[in-house]
Amino acid sequence: MKITIDDSSVYCYTNSRNIDSSKPSIVFIHGSGMDHTVWTLAARHFARHGNNVIAVDLPGHGRSTGAPLQSIPSMADWLEKVLDALEVEAAAVVGHSLGSLIALDFSARHAKRARALAMVGTIVPMPVSGAILDACKNNDHAAFDMLTQYGLSKRHQYGGNRSSGIWMVGSSLRLYERSQPGALYFDMNACNEYQNGLQSASAVECPVLMVLGSEDRLTPVRGTGPLQEAFHQPEVSVIQGAGHTLMMEAPNALLDALHRIL
Amino acid sequence: MAAPEYPGLDTLALHAGSQPDPATGARATPIYQSASFCFPDSDYAASLFNIERAGHVYSRLSNPTNAVLEERIAALEDGVGAIATASGQAALTLAIMTLMGAGSHIVAAAALYGGSHNLLAYTLPRLGIETTFVDARDPQAFAAAIQDNTRLVFAETVGNPGLDVLNIPEVAAVAHQAGLPLMVDSTFTTPYLIKPFEHGADIIMHSATKFLSGHGIVIGGLLVDGGRFDWDASGKFPTLTEPYAGFHNLVFSEEFGPAAFIQRARKEGLRDFGACMSPTTAFHILQGVETLGIRMHRHVENTRRIVEFLNQHEQVSRVGYPELEGHPDQALASALLPKGCSAVFSFDLVGGREAGIAFVDALNLFSHLANVGDAKSLVIHPASTTHHRMDAAALAAGGIGEGTIRLSIGLEDAKDLIADLKQGLRAAGKVAAKQSVTP
Repeated sequence: MKITIDDSSVYCYTNSRNIDSSKPSIVFIHGSGMDHTVWTLAARHFARHGNNVIAVDLPGHGRSTGAPLQSIPSMADWLEKVLDALEVEAAAVVGHSLGSLIALDFSARHAKRARALAMVGTIVPMPVSGAILDACKNNDHAAFDMLTQYGLSKRHQYGGNRSSGIWMVGSSLRLYERSQPGALYFDMNACNEYQNGLQSASAVECPVLMVLGSEDRLTPVRGTGPLQEAFHQPEVSVIQGAGHTLMMEAPNALLDALHRIL
Repeated sequence: MAAPEYPGLDTLALHAGSQPDPATGARATPIYQSASFCFPDSDYAASLFNIERAGHVYSRLSNPTNAVLEERIAALEDGVGAIATASGQAALTLAIMTLMGAGSHIVAAAALYGGSHNLLAYTLPRLGIETTFVDARDPQAFAAAIQDNTRLVFAETVGNPGLDVLNIPEVAAVAHQAGLPLMVDSTFTTPYLIKPFEHGADIIMHSATKFLSGHGIVIGGLLVDGGRFDWDASGKFPTLTEPYAGFHNLVFSEEFGPAAFIQRARKEGLRDFGACMSPTTAFHILQGVETLGIRMHRHVENTRRIVEFLNQHEQVSRVGYPELEGHPDQALASALLPKGCSAVFSFDLVGGREAGIAFVDALNLFSHLANVGDAKSLVIHPASTTHHRMDAAALAAGGIGEGTIRLSIGLEDAKDLIADLKQGLRAAGKVAAKQSVTP
């Protein structure tokens, strides 16, 4: 489904269904340099289970046009416009990595629009190393390589995908390679500069789920304590053996975890 | 912070796609010889059928043993995914059926494996798919043959049996300029000698029966998706970019992005045409793949010694190995195939067809059979076997003469292979000598 926001075309994957106001809605937000396809399995699942699913492509990503946004709050405000355009009053917001910060900020500042928050592969704050930022800024393929390799658990760098025949390293690289030049930098920089995360977390009123990979090297579990403390009794699910790229590395366990809140 | 290096080919050949068996801890990949897989509950079953969860339903569609092989080959080729098929022919057919239907057209190199030529030249026209064959060495010939209804450009990385080296970057550019994918058959080269995706190819097929296995005990194929071709931008592939009624109007490019092609091939082609690989076959191929690097190194090392021997022999009028001085593809081979140009090549004997027959019949160590890429050395006379359905003109277009001999060099000691070839050449020489004194 395509809608227009701020004169730009916005793509939302909806499982080829129209938004039904009688159904609960779930918004899925991808991570840096990615697009809606990372959420295909989950979106298909929750669509079959009676939800409106809205897997967005952020501006300048995937099938959405326009310039990439440059801060987490601007992305959260953009998300509100998406819900307005789709006439969705409130939705559960599910985000991965960058998307998790957008979902967090949205849930804090647009509290009435968020009925649940699921943060997947997350940490607050989310600092990004200078080497990665520099590579992203220069549109250097090394950025894709670093994020792909550190994004997967060491074990999953050799594969073992539950989705038959799909090579996770190749899939991750191809998605990054498809990203608009500059988009990955703006995304990563937005993560790096988002400093209000813990305050936002303390302001969130809806139920919260954190899904973490035990072998995550980009947003390691051991660093998520402050975020867990800032929330009011979050549900926390740690998926053993998975790294940061949970949708690929542990799609079934992720679905099961999301069911705790969705 | 620098990116860690990716694992090398030999490491991936041993480990990619496999983890210790979660049920038993078995280190070797087990053979999951089961047609079906139990569902824990009805909703789980529904989620598998509706592509919501990852898992296995029925071994025609996917199987845990096959999945390891598929992921391993996708890793070795640096693709997004792969499908194991019943044969290399099945892989080629699966690709074509995924991309096009009646009324479509293919541009293919004339220098092709005989089985591929049969499919394109004789069988597919019956289904409304025509092919124009062009000189594999001429990228502009590919360009000139592209029509409005062309949907695929197809060639072998090195042609069978003449080893015409495909200029993958130039032919890929020609294909992409026309909004078409380039598919290559990399059976002869394997990812050890060339990674076609790095040079612009979009889809790779293998007959896994050959070098990937090495043991010559199974028939199998692999189809690999590079994940870089933009099907939406091309606009010529409705099977990938428009709703598919056979799967609740799923649009593959929309839902699977870079993996659209390989997902459609599995969800439709493997489901409907059914040319799946047996899990036992996948296991056997995996055993071969584990040693791909060291085997290919030895194959090429032996081949170079034998090429050198034949090239200096008076009974041999031509040796078709691209590393040789004067070979038309020498520079291209040096650029694209620095580790070697496969271990299959052809040569022409003085004395033509009769000399060729005498040569083949006199060999002991070389096995006379229709296969290549075995650990054992093989020999065949293409004009009377693999390419026998091709007329003289088609043979010539493929670089094959009546006296052409194809060798597949194995892993034996090179000195023993050369000794065997010497006695074959003596026999051929006697025939040639008789011909030269016949009035």
